[in-house]
Amino acid sequence: MKVMAQMAMVMNLDKCIGCHTCSVTCKQAWTNRAGTEYVWFNNVETRPGQGYPRRYEDQETWQGGWTLNRRGRLKLRAGGRFKKLVTIFSNPKLPSIDDYYEPWTYDYATLTDAPAQEHTPVARPKSLISGKNMKITWSANWDDDLGGSKETFERDPILQKESLKAVASKVKRSFDDTFMFYLPRICEHCLNPSCAASCPSGAIYKRSEDGIVLVDQDRCRGWRMCVSGCPYKKVYFNHRTGKAEKCTFCFPRIEVGLPTVCSETCVGRLRYIGLALYDADRVLEAASVEDEHQLYDAQRSVLLDPNDPEVVRAAERDGVPFDWVQAAQRSPIHALINEFKVALPLHPEYRTMPMVWYIPPLSPVVDVVKETGEDAEDAGNLFGAIDALRIPVEYLAELFTAGDVAPVDGVLKKLAAMRSYMRDINMGREPNAAIPEAVGMSEEQMYDMYRLLALAKYDERYVIPPAHAEQAHSLEELATECALDYDGGPGMVGSGPFGEGSGASVPIAVENFTMLQNRQTADTMAGPDDKASRVNLLKWDGKGTPAGLFPPRDDTPDPAESASPEGGER
Amino acid sequence: MSVLLWVIVPYLCLATFVVGHFWRYRYDKFGWTTRSSQLYEDRLLRLGSPLFHFGMLGVVGGHVIGLLIPESWTDALGISTETYHLVAIVGGLIAGVMALVGLVILVYRRRTVGPVFSATTTMDKVMYAFLAAAIALGMWNTIAGSILSVGGHYDYREGVSVWYRSFLAFNPQPDLMADAPLGFQLHALVAFGLFALWPFTRLVHVFSAPVGYLTRPYIVYRSRDEALGTHRDRRGWERVE
Repeated sequence: MKVMAQMAMVMNLDKCIGCHTCSVTCKQAWTNRAGTEYVWFNNVETRPGQGYPRRYEDQETWQGGWTLNRRGRLKLRAGGRFKKLVTIFSNPKLPSIDDYYEPWTYDYATLTDAPAQEHTPVARPKSLISGKNMKITWSANWDDDLGGSKETFERDPILQKESLKAVASKVKRSFDDTFMFYLPRICEHCLNPSCAASCPSGAIYKRSEDGIVLVDQDRCRGWRMCVSGCPYKKVYFNHRTGKAEKCTFCFPRIEVGLPTVCSETCVGRLRYIGLALYDADRVLEAASVEDEHQLYDAQRSVLLDPNDPEVVRAAERDGVPFDWVQAAQRSPIHALINEFKVALPLHPEYRTMPMVWYIPPLSPVVDVVKETGEDAEDAGNLFGAIDALRIPVEYLAELFTAGDVAPVDGVLKKLAAMRSYMRDINMGREPNAAIPEAVGMSEEQMYDMYRLLALAKYDERYVIPPAHAEQAHSLEELATECALDYDGGPGMVGSGPFGEGSGASVPIAVENFTMLQNRQTADTMAGPDDKASRVNLLKWDGKGTPAGLFPPRDDTPDPAESASPEGGER
Repeated sequence: MSVLLWVIVPYLCLATFVVGHFWRYRYDKFGWTTRSSQLYEDRLLRLGSPLFHFGMLGVVGGHVIGLLIPESWTDALGISTETYHLVAIVGGLIAGVMALVGLVILVYRRRTVGPVFSATTTMDKVMYAFLAAAIALGMWNTIAGSILSVGGHYDYREGVSVWYRSFLAFNPQPDLMADAPLGFQLHALVAFGLFALWPFTRLVHVFSAPVGYLTRPYIVYRSRDEALGTHRDRRGWERVE
């Protein structure tokens, strides 16, 4: 047994209202740069729907993730190392920009610059790829809320599955009152990441402390194999810098104990973050289980019980700090996945062992019961509906359990039971112990689950042990060291051989700070006119007052006349 | 003049090549990439890029054999001059045509596909000019020089190759090059120009050919400790292992 810690997330889909706040705040924080216009580290899809990029789940086409070879051993679906190198000059499975969408802006200047004319001027859409006028035909959320999806939803790769043929035709017949729910997606930070395995340069790595999967921007050479290797299509190619970029699980925030931006800003408070301890030695075995229906259980079994003394001892032996073990014991992730067993992995059949899990939505079932006029909070009614309503249940099973209906049934019944058990309590009636029993839970467990799903406050939803205090002062987000004190920076004694501006990259915190400050204080758009004549303080050696250090003042004479040459007074 | 062209210029280019790469790797790892434009356009690239790259691999291999392996070695192996040249010309032609056709497709694509053209830097254009000229001159030398024998017979293995090896051994013999046909001289000069440009173009990606992928484990684990944030430990404050 080799114990490793993994930062993981669970999303409660019943609470997602599809407001896209997570997507927008994530984009503001990470991808509002040139080259990443089309990139959404976090996106929210309406299901049934095609997803983003379009039909990413169709692995017959995209060949993402892992599969088993004839001898039952795990291999990359798109082909092994040798095939990757032979096809390196033109990745055969790379989605084109059309599979995402062509990003655009509007020609806003026309609105103010246009000469007087009979008709109101119009801001036309301009492509951010070619700079030309364009016709908008798709975007990351074109079929949001099933909008326009009468034409397109049939191309949902889940509905096209062989096992869902019957369901698909039913959905088609009764489209107007079909079910619908939202699926927010970020990078899965898999235990067995196929993006990392596909990277020829070895630039994608899994952090051994917290399992966050990152792209080393200095090592990435732009071969693009990770983009096609990821079955969730959550690695993106920055077309300006020529490097791959992906969700970072907001590691600078996580390191100081803050939740990710998407979680922090989630309106429905549906995201849970915490540690999971797992047995690294058993990952490969669990990912190679032959029967796809066994994958959910196999993946669950790789996650260790942090309360087991043997696991705690092994964790200590393998260098997991004790406060991290404690955090794992309080982790909502462990509770939702292995105690209450209501969270399910997204597409376990890709065999990447994803670490962002989902509590499937009960709402499609509740809605149907409500419409019939029956009591939608009665356990019996709901249990019956879950058994009868194959459409949502089978669809959810294709998403979360490789098509195995039983676990989804189990989860939905637990959620239904909680709903009706808690109603009795809230109405001041005698709680009915038979309801939790029907789904194999005790009354205490049921109440605990309710607490976690409905009431949990900030510190219960996000149990994030910060990186260690003795390291803290050099972490990105805290930056308690002098901000200019990075390698090669002016705060260091001596710098690169090519002068003070040379040296390694500026820390993210410093770069963001200066960039944001410039943007917030500038009266003009990026790159003000006097930029060239101003002194770059990061390159200033601290001696004298070079011209442009201060804005000119009317009452002082020209500095060239009064001041002696640099440092002359000493 | 021959010292300037065949000693000074080549060594300057070589020095730029070496120092340039060192500098670029040290200070611009972030810019060290293929700068692929596949996201913009796929159809032409799928045809042109493998043609060009595999052609170029052949071309480079041919140059390594032709320039670095002395005639005496192949003689010792019992390979006759005729056999050698036959293999060299056939192999060179196939590789050269592949590279040239690939390059034409890629340049056509770069010029006609809007997004690809607007992502093309000045450095790219200069590099393409040198690359195209080098390939064209190389093809000319193969076809006109070796097959049609325009301007008389010339065995580069007794001239250019010997000069090149003397150049690499830091004992240059410029006269050998000064006596070579104009086509070879131009080809060499353009190639050296390309070498001087190399570190400052996207061509650096050649040196990241990911052969290590064949042997490394699939999943890479790295510790955060390697570089906490981007800060390095200050001198005297390194952590105890």
